[in-house]
Amino acid sequence: MQQSFFFQAMIYLASAVVMVPIAKRLGLGSVLGYLVAGVIIGPAGLKFIGMEGQDIMHFAEFGVVMMLFVIGLELEPSRLWRMRKSIAGLGGLQVGVTTVLVAGVGMLFGISWKEALALGMIIAMSSTAIVMQTLNEKGWLKTVAGQSSFAVLLFQDLAIIPMLALFPLLADHAGVADSHAGGGSLVSVLPAWQQAIVVLLSVSAIVLTGKYLLRPVFRMMARTALREMFTATALLLVVGIAVLMTSVGLSPALGAFLAGVVLANSEYRHELESSIDPFKGLLLGLFFISVGTSIDFSLVVSKPLLIIGLVAGLMLLKMAVLFVLGKIFEVRNAQNFIFSIGLSQIGEFAFVLLSFSVQEGVLGKEVSDTMTAVVAISMAMTPLAMMVNEKFILTRFCLVSAGLQTAQRPSDVEEEDNPVIIAGYGHFGNIVGRFLRANGVEATVLDNDSDNVDFLRRMGLKVYYGDATRYELLDIAGAGRAQMIIIAISDEEKRLELIETVKKHFPHLHMLVRSTNRNDAYDLMNAGMMHIYRETFDTSLRLGVDALKLLGHRAHEATRMAKTFFVHDERTLKHLSSIRNDEEYIHAARQHMEELEMIMQADRDAVNLNALAGWDRKAEAETA
Amino acid sequence: MSKVLIQFAHPTHSKSNVQKTLEKYARKVKGVTFNDLYEHYPDLFIDIKREQQLLTKHDIIIFQHPFYWYSSPPILKQWQDLVLEYNWAYGPKGHALKGKKIFNAVSCGGGRDAYTSTGYNRFPVGQYLLPFNQTAYLCRMDYLPPFVVHETYTIEDYTLKACGEQYAELLDALVNDRIDPAELAGVEYLNELFPH
Repeated sequence: MQQSFFFQAMIYLASAVVMVPIAKRLGLGSVLGYLVAGVIIGPAGLKFIGMEGQDIMHFAEFGVVMMLFVIGLELEPSRLWRMRKSIAGLGGLQVGVTTVLVAGVGMLFGISWKEALALGMIIAMSSTAIVMQTLNEKGWLKTVAGQSSFAVLLFQDLAIIPMLALFPLLADHAGVADSHAGGGSLVSVLPAWQQAIVVLLSVSAIVLTGKYLLRPVFRMMARTALREMFTATALLLVVGIAVLMTSVGLSPALGAFLAGVVLANSEYRHELESSIDPFKGLLLGLFFISVGTSIDFSLVVSKPLLIIGLVAGLMLLKMAVLFVLGKIFEVRNAQNFIFSIGLSQIGEFAFVLLSFSVQEGVLGKEVSDTMTAVVAISMAMTPLAMMVNEKFILTRFCLVSAGLQTAQRPSDVEEEDNPVIIAGYGHFGNIVGRFLRANGVEATVLDNDSDNVDFLRRMGLKVYYGDATRYELLDIAGAGRAQMIIIAISDEEKRLELIETVKKHFPHLHMLVRSTNRNDAYDLMNAGMMHIYRETFDTSLRLGVDALKLLGHRAHEATRMAKTFFVHDERTLKHLSSIRNDEEYIHAARQHMEELEMIMQADRDAVNLNALAGWDRKAEAETA
Repeated sequence: MSKVLIQFAHPTHSKSNVQKTLEKYARKVKGVTFNDLYEHYPDLFIDIKREQQLLTKHDIIIFQHPFYWYSSPPILKQWQDLVLEYNWAYGPKGHALKGKKIFNAVSCGGGRDAYTSTGYNRFPVGQYLLPFNQTAYLCRMDYLPPFVVHETYTIEDYTLKACGEQYAELLDALVNDRIDPAELAGVEYLNELFPH
């Protein structure tokens, strides 16, 4: 019974379903929830899962591949190119310096240089899964810390390739397995220059396929109007890349990332993302759970000091290296704490490298077992460390002194009674804020980019750092006394979360909400929003007016036409949103096409689209 | 019973004194619809359908506005250009407004004596309002004398209060059909029907 697939699936899912919401609720983030779930169902807890957790982990690592694919999708090639300096510089130095330092310390403790070097490389790795997931959850990906973390993680992924090649050379003991089974690549028997050619060929195959072949394929799949076909194609793409990459000895995550970048500019980007996303999320969750199950508590209990010392020492060492590098690369203040603490754990790839090094005979079984526990615990510590960082260190830097100092500075209290709260002060929110300020309306600002907060504070604005969806922050910011909240966060899901929080705790607040596009506007309407502002709508129309003017239309007439169109489109939006609710099952791609058709039909039918009605006696006379 | 619609036009409402007072009194009168044009159409983009429906539903229309440059603020002109459509308000098939009453309720900086042939404004208020008068005529409406508040820059509080009460009395009388058409012939301003 215990062995049946369904039973296992039930255990994994149930543990996640119970623990993750609890962790989220406590503000610990989903990663820690999964890890704890893993510990509970694992050998140390309820013993539902035995050592087969390890196999599950290898399977679930595929979630990391998917995650990098999705990250790639969001990263245009041009942006990647702009990041080349921090990837090579920051990433390269992090891996290099950490490896050398760890190896040096290891040799001081009397470990042979070969073992020490191998351990150094293993420990230099950080966890893409944990870090990216956490940054994403907190909406920090676009901040300096987020970008720097990403650069380092990307370099680490690249560094795995030479590491895997280097490990056999470090073998000292006789290997447990004497073949190259661990490498598992088809081309490892080839001489080096041929391997290089094969690698180059497969990378260009991915790029060319992504650029020329995939678009027609996706179009065909979209035309079948079967959602599952699109999903299947997307999955096939990622799995295919993983197989190809593994067979030529490259990291599958890297290949998937590359494919993602190539597809970043394609019109199917969002479709791909939404098809892969649920799989990615579940597999990553599974991965974190299996990390939780793999923590060998009997080992921890038998050598507690050694394990705890190793975890603390290694994390502090990594943190110190990252912090110094962050300083050099101008990751400032609070951002540097996010960056260095975030990346301080040892990553999932260490598991692979550890088992590989045992096979290759680089490390002994005992060292490897100890290290496995250390790696898993360091991963489990990351969300906790991040939370401590957020609660105690970041608040020092960022949270406005108001909470602590109001007693001494009564003026702060007055400012907290600002009638307006602006959540999100990026390029959208800051225009609103500046406009209000120019007209004597002061607003309290919430933002989760500490650099931005720093800057705005220096400009004399009332700014609170943190996640605006949290009740506590809204409360400190004076949501209880304000009249309205302007929701200008760029993240759609965060906006909806914030709306729910406001509805629940501050129902008196007017909510003025930014929306990305039509679909997002529908979601906001469903959430009961009355004031919705599509971020590109007005601008596009202004451009349209200028286009008409350049084509010889009179300026005032063109402006009136735009206004007529504006009113008409807002009306269509409301109308279509009521229809849309009934047909949510329609395949998203098809729905989009159909909807565009409906919108354009409505444009043609609109009797009121004659912007010059009322002035135009002739036209009226003819129809009369 | 008649339904009264006030078409209110004031682009700098927050700086107004007289018009705000008149508004305050007007809003209290039952049977009066107060349509704040600049509030509804801040960018002069007038909803023609809505305005025509409002007109259809009411029997007496009042243009309430400051007497800017001997006329109304621009939105009222825009309103006429757009809303009073051919073959709806006027023209061979334009009977929508037929028989409705209409007049202007204005506030002027100059005194009443300035609006005489010997005063610096040279013409009476009624003459400046001739375009409104003729527009009403073309739309087959009945144009009444104006309601006027003079000397808006120097007006005393108690005079202003009296004007507000006067305006409210006028509106109430209009709603309840208490205005004798015969009396109207003899007055220059509607104010004169309610002496204080």
